[in-house]
Amino acid sequence: MNRASFFVPLAAFVVIVIIGFAGFQLGDKSVLPSPLIGKPFPAFEAPLLENASDVRDENDLKGRPLLVNVWATWCPTCKAEHEMLMKIRATSSLEIVGVNYKDQRNQALAWLARYGNPYSFNLFDADGQIGIELGVYGAPETFLLNEQGEIVYKRVGDVNERIWAEEIQPRLKEMRGGGV
Amino acid sequence: MIIELGHFAMVLTLGLAVLTALFGISAGRGPFAAGLRSVPSLVVGQLVFTALAFATLAHAFLEDDFSVRYVAENSNTLLPEIYKFTAVWGGHEGSFLLWALIMTVWMCAVTLRGGHLPERFRAQVLGVMGLMNVGFVAFLLFTSNPFERLVPFTPSDGSDLNPLLQDFGMIIHPPMLYVGYVGFSVAFAFAIAALLSGRLDAAWARWSRPWTNAAWGFLTLGIALGSWWAYYELGWGGWWFWDPVENASFMPWLIGTALVHSLAATEKRGVFKSWTLLLAIAAFSLSLLGGFIVRSGVLTSVHAFAVDPERGAFILIFLMIVVGGSLLLYAVRAWQLAGRATFEPSSRDFFLLINNVLFTVALVVVLAGTLAPIVYEAITGGKISVGKPYFDMIFVPLMLLLAAALAVSPPLNWKRTGFARIRARLGIATASAVVISLAAFLFIESEVPWQSLAALALAIWVVAGHVQDLVLRVRGSRLPGLAYWGMFAAHLGFAVSLTGVALTVALTEERDLVMSPGQVVEHGGWQVTFEGMSSVRGPNYIAERGTFRVAQNGANLMLTPEKRRYSSGGSIMTEAAIDPGLFRDLYISLGDPLDGESRAVRLHFKPFVRWIWFGALLMTLGGFVAVLDRRYRRVKSPAVQAVPEPAS
Amino acid sequence: MHPTRRKRMIIVLFILAGAGLALGLVLVGLGENVNMFYPPEDVVSGKAPVETNIRAGGMVLEGSWQRDGQTLNNEFVLTDRVDAQFPVRYSGILPDLFREGQGVIVEGQLNARGTFEAERVLAKHDENYMPPELAGMGEAAQE
Repeated sequence: MNRASFFVPLAAFVVIVIIGFAGFQLGDKSVLPSPLIGKPFPAFEAPLLENASDVRDENDLKGRPLLVNVWATWCPTCKAEHEMLMKIRATSSLEIVGVNYKDQRNQALAWLARYGNPYSFNLFDADGQIGIELGVYGAPETFLLNEQGEIVYKRVGDVNERIWAEEIQPRLKEMRGGGV
Repeated sequence: MIIELGHFAMVLTLGLAVLTALFGISAGRGPFAAGLRSVPSLVVGQLVFTALAFATLAHAFLEDDFSVRYVAENSNTLLPEIYKFTAVWGGHEGSFLLWALIMTVWMCAVTLRGGHLPERFRAQVLGVMGLMNVGFVAFLLFTSNPFERLVPFTPSDGSDLNPLLQDFGMIIHPPMLYVGYVGFSVAFAFAIAALLSGRLDAAWARWSRPWTNAAWGFLTLGIALGSWWAYYELGWGGWWFWDPVENASFMPWLIGTALVHSLAATEKRGVFKSWTLLLAIAAFSLSLLGGFIVRSGVLTSVHAFAVDPERGAFILIFLMIVVGGSLLLYAVRAWQLAGRATFEPSSRDFFLLINNVLFTVALVVVLAGTLAPIVYEAITGGKISVGKPYFDMIFVPLMLLLAAALAVSPPLNWKRTGFARIRARLGIATASAVVISLAAFLFIESEVPWQSLAALALAIWVVAGHVQDLVLRVRGSRLPGLAYWGMFAAHLGFAVSLTGVALTVALTEERDLVMSPGQVVEHGGWQVTFEGMSSVRGPNYIAERGTFRVAQNGANLMLTPEKRRYSSGGSIMTEAAIDPGLFRDLYISLGDPLDGESRAVRLHFKPFVRWIWFGALLMTLGGFVAVLDRRYRRVKSPAVQAVPEPAS
Repeated sequence: MHPTRRKRMIIVLFILAGAGLALGLVLVGLGENVNMFYPPEDVVSGKAPVETNIRAGGMVLEGSWQRDGQTLNNEFVLTDRVDAQFPVRYSGILPDLFREGQGVIVEGQLNARGTFEAERVLAKHDENYMPPELAGMGEAAQE
């Protein structure tokens, strides 16, 4: 047989890998740049999860760097992510604000009571209005905001050790002028 | 502290695996030449430390140590002891620990049973396996560590093992699959060693065959157990769903089956050499795909990658290195090993080629069907599903072709067979198959699709042909060896499974209906009486139990299907009640309560369903029996005295 | 041609035929038997074809599940929790993991009046029974 024909399986494999790689690049929405980056957090008005009569708006997100985390009790990844958020809360001074997305109030409160509450407060987004403004594609999604309330970084999927160490912490440092 | 000991043992295993790979693959040459002699002890060391790690995790489960995250996620104080132990491999992390343990057991087996192999060749085989184990253990330690602690937030109780996994079938099904998957690493390592050393002869094929047969046997058993489990545990009477998870185990089986057959041709005739190597590489690569990707959930959706980027990336990179690396080696070296022999279309060689082509086509079909939704989703973002209709449409004709080829094959000689011999040998079998088939068709009263009739007739033909061949051989001068008996059992098993599939598909009667207490219905020739519901309490669940009296011609039996609610998590499970039989199963499962005392009920009458698994057991048996053939145990083949020099 | 060569040709042709067969089967099979999956948005907007076998899915709207106490007929509404929702009719036994607020997949046909006539209803673990990650999803979603 022809010597070159022995390269056919390798070539086929390489082609499959390239197609697959291209496909996943296209489909991997977690790396798509969000049009929101660099823009101020969209205007909203929403009640607190903890207290329906207390209504907050975008101005409550200004004044300090913040992590805005979109979560829901129906979202399995949120459960996995929760522990990391607890850890961030315990080990850093970064404040986390929750957006409880298309959820039910009593279930969400029960969840926080059971697994712990890493959030300084939670916006209750029952109809997904904030989610639409933010272009939320699925929970969990997390936004890093600077002191002016502008979105600096967006993460689709869970925040884990790697994201925290490689994506969020460096940006936070930069924001705080390298120090603190 | 004990669990940290396990963690440490795995770190040591990783070190030993690295050394095994280094010393083994260099096989007494280069800077690591001195390590050659230590390879066997390194292998034993890996087994000891991995077993130790496994034992510490099992201990944590039995002691309810919920400070270990993996234990907390997969166990519970109420869980019965036996399930606490089996929960060790109930989740992702633990199942990879089991995987690594099985890998070390296979390596040890090669060390112990491979005494007749040239030392350097054996070292290379073990080195390649050691290299794979480096990947497995690294995956375990860096992305899926079962030894991680949950401190300071130690929960007071665990979140329970998924009730679906609290079951005998599920306890043994994954380990059997893993033994099969990992077993193909031996064939793979033999192939790589052949490419490295430039040696591929009849002796090589004879060494590879028992390992391949054994791995294939375990994989067959694992798949059959999975099918059986799904049948009785999922509560709706299906035995194969063509879902990605099943396909992932079916793909290495298809290629493994092709490999078992092409190895036979390579050993006896020196043909298909480079093709055999390719199949060995493919079988193991697909096993990796099956084992890794199923457990990580990637097959179901691309989003699993986004959820867990480290694991996904590790798996992809590892697969790329293994597959890409071995195919590169193949491209560079395999041409030197290609065979030169020729054969006629009337030869056994040619029919083994048919077998290989059909199984490879089947593989391509399953692979395409399994990956299509993932690729489609990745590219367009939309979702499609490829299900039963696709696979049925293609698999039915493929399997019929395969059965036809198998039916004709017994009288064939290697290289070429005279038509006179074929006519003489095939005549009786064919005639008897035709007669039995016709009789069977008359006996079957209901409407049966032509595919089932064809499959049944072919199955009978296969059996008749093989039995005739066996009779001729037994009457001949000497009794055939165990390898022949293994082949006979496996082919018989194929015919039995084919019969089971054909008849179950054609004759199953299933019905969802509403029954109130005291009501009697006719189903599959049985009178089924719903006697009422009661409440029972299990160790970690509460069940509603329905009582059904089933009667036919004076025979009377009780069936008690249940609906269980598990105390932790509140998951609900349907436990079907089955009256198994050689020729039919009666299957009842409960639906939801309706008005008053009435109840939704699902009744199945499934003729010959057990034959599907029984046939698979025969195939498994065949694989194992063939391993025991004396030819494979004979020490030092005459051709093997000197160490093969590398070809370049 | 040299006889050995001819034999080799036959084998090569045979393998090529196998490859062609595989490709053909896959293309025809996929072309004929792929079920498209439609989220509620597409069902409502008319993107999903009528009277064709399709799959659709969504969350079972709370309070929408009605069952006839005498027969196996069920009716419920699937929603994407934004604004799209559509009614489903199904006669048969629902899977264990079916309940309001849960995600389900329905297989069947959409009729001209916009009701989905389901032949099969799948809750999470039915098609993905083995990966504990997925089985776990069902549980997490229930909590």
